[in-house]
Amino acid sequence: METAIAIMTGVFFATAFYLMLSRHIIRILLGVAILGNAVNLTIFTTGRITREVPPIIPDHAAMPEVAIANPLPQALVLTAIVISFSFFAFLLVLVFRSYQELGTDDTDEMRDAEPRDEPAPPLGY
Amino acid sequence: MAGQTQINVDLAEAMVTTAPPLADWLVVAPLVIGFVFGALCLMMRKDTGRQPAIAITGLALMLAADIGLFWHVWQNGTVAMTMGRWLPPFGITFAADMLGATFALVAGIVGLAGGVYALEDVNQTGRRYGFYPFLLLMMAGVTAAFLTGDIFNLYVWFEVLLIGSFGLLVLGSEREQLDGATKYALLNLVATTLFLLAVAYLYGTLGTLNMADIARKVAERRDAGPLFTIAAMFLFAFAMKAAAFPVNFWLPASYHTPRIVVSGLFAGLLTKVGIYALLRIFLMLFEVERDLLAGTIAVVAAATMVLGAMGALAQNDIRRMLGYLVISGIGMMLAGLALGSRTGLSGAVFYAAHSMVVMTALYFLAGIMGERMRGFSLREAGGLYSQAPWLAGVGLVLFLAVSGLPPFSGLWPKAFLVKASLDVGAWWLALAILVTGLLTTIAVGRTFAFAFWRERQVPDDETPAPASSKAVVGSLLGLTFLTIAVGFYPEPFVQVTDRIAGELLSPQAYVDSVFPTGAIESEVQP
Repeated sequence: METAIAIMTGVFFATAFYLMLSRHIIRILLGVAILGNAVNLTIFTTGRITREVPPIIPDHAAMPEVAIANPLPQALVLTAIVISFSFFAFLLVLVFRSYQELGTDDTDEMRDAEPRDEPAPPLGY
Repeated sequence: MAGQTQINVDLAEAMVTTAPPLADWLVVAPLVIGFVFGALCLMMRKDTGRQPAIAITGLALMLAADIGLFWHVWQNGTVAMTMGRWLPPFGITFAADMLGATFALVAGIVGLAGGVYALEDVNQTGRRYGFYPFLLLMMAGVTAAFLTGDIFNLYVWFEVLLIGSFGLLVLGSEREQLDGATKYALLNLVATTLFLLAVAYLYGTLGTLNMADIARKVAERRDAGPLFTIAAMFLFAFAMKAAAFPVNFWLPASYHTPRIVVSGLFAGLLTKVGIYALLRIFLMLFEVERDLLAGTIAVVAAATMVLGAMGALAQNDIRRMLGYLVISGIGMMLAGLALGSRTGLSGAVFYAAHSMVVMTALYFLAGIMGERMRGFSLREAGGLYSQAPWLAGVGLVLFLAVSGLPPFSGLWPKAFLVKASLDVGAWWLALAILVTGLLTTIAVGRTFAFAFWRERQVPDDETPAPASSKAVVGSLLGLTFLTIAVGFYPEPFVQVTDRIAGELLSPQAYVDSVFPTGAIESEVQP
């Protein structure tokens, strides 16, 4: 099971990095979203995957009686999902606003903060 | 339930059964204050008249808590506190050692200065956009990142301070800001995601996220996992956060776009969080891996500082020049990390504290200069000395401090770093530090000559120069005074950084404070 998920995570990472290498912001943004999911899957897998044994201690025992699923990665992934989703939402708005203002989503053309024709500093008095 | 067997469980084995001493609550006090006052400001978002008073009170209380925490740690050593009553490593730990307490204290000073400067710099519109809530939340995130003892929690605080910084960066939504913010936001988000990836692998290898627990276990598991790879991933992620060459390009693209007070706070605080994380992770957790990576870190450090200073030389906009000086300073701190000796680390921590104060002050100075010159271009700069001689004095102090010239605060950490480099025979690193000092002196000296000494370039339009308000001048003078004090009387500061370096090199005290003697063995058998 881990092998299959590891391969899937690899495909996710490859897709994410390929998209992030693009010049167009919208593709980079999609790449970032996929990257977040790839990392979440990695966290999930590093907790070792156990099927169908919920991490619940029965009434009469003080500790689980059989090997249980590791609940910690699920808590971590949940936190990470919330964060990456809210960041994705924020970035989507930010990128849309800058597309409206700057009229381009090509990173090579987005030169408002660093204009091409910025003069050199004075070389002498 | 009937028939239930009684189980005898000794709760003291797994849970905190007694309340921690009152003084230990100082560990969480700064961030609690930050969040409470941030929430208050958020609730009073429309009441822009009263918001500043609340925010300044909050920042002052945060600083007071930071001072208290610093004093407590100085007297009693590392203080640890665990959330949710579960004993570490199960509960999330907050632990303040001298490193964390010192960084939090300096951040508190800078934050308060920023809050005061903003009284004038951020107008009604900026306040309605939520400047003060964002500022307090960012400050809480920064402070918490310095004080947490759990590596996943560190990731969460990184995101908290990042979202606060996004809010501050796009305040006003001008074209330039949107352009800068897009690049800043995307690249920083990628960096924190890569940090999270490294955390995932670390958890998969060691099965724990508590930093003290990792420090205990990492030695025995060194052969079991790809720790070197994980360490390299941490290095990349934090180097990107700290804006080290070659992953520094988001910084000069964005730091000059927001309001000047925001630039100043970013320059002072945000990159230093990356440096703090590098120091913490590489010296406490990955000692062996740091030795292996030391050569790489040293090359990155030298490249960052020299290229940063050269970038500063090529800029016409004063704010952009300062952005490159921030990068150059990051190289200095990385040099200390690469050296890893007591002197080197002491120098790196000293430089970080110095840089937090001086870079923020420099941006504040640039703000006043820009207001008087009606622009930030060096080509049109001039006439400031005749307008405001006191400003020239402050400028000279800060310019000398950032170049590392005596008698101000930049000299001492640089002397430490050069000495530490020569101690291990890394003459080229010492040379890089000195060359950077020279290039920085030229860059800021030129700014001083053009902006202050040269007569006015643009014809006077008869309107009197705007008088800077008390708040703006006061916060700038406060930070400048600190620089002068540290420069003339470095002894107590050196004592602090030397103790920090000692603690970093022998993290046993940190581990012992999180796991007091007789704590349970955390090994969970499947």
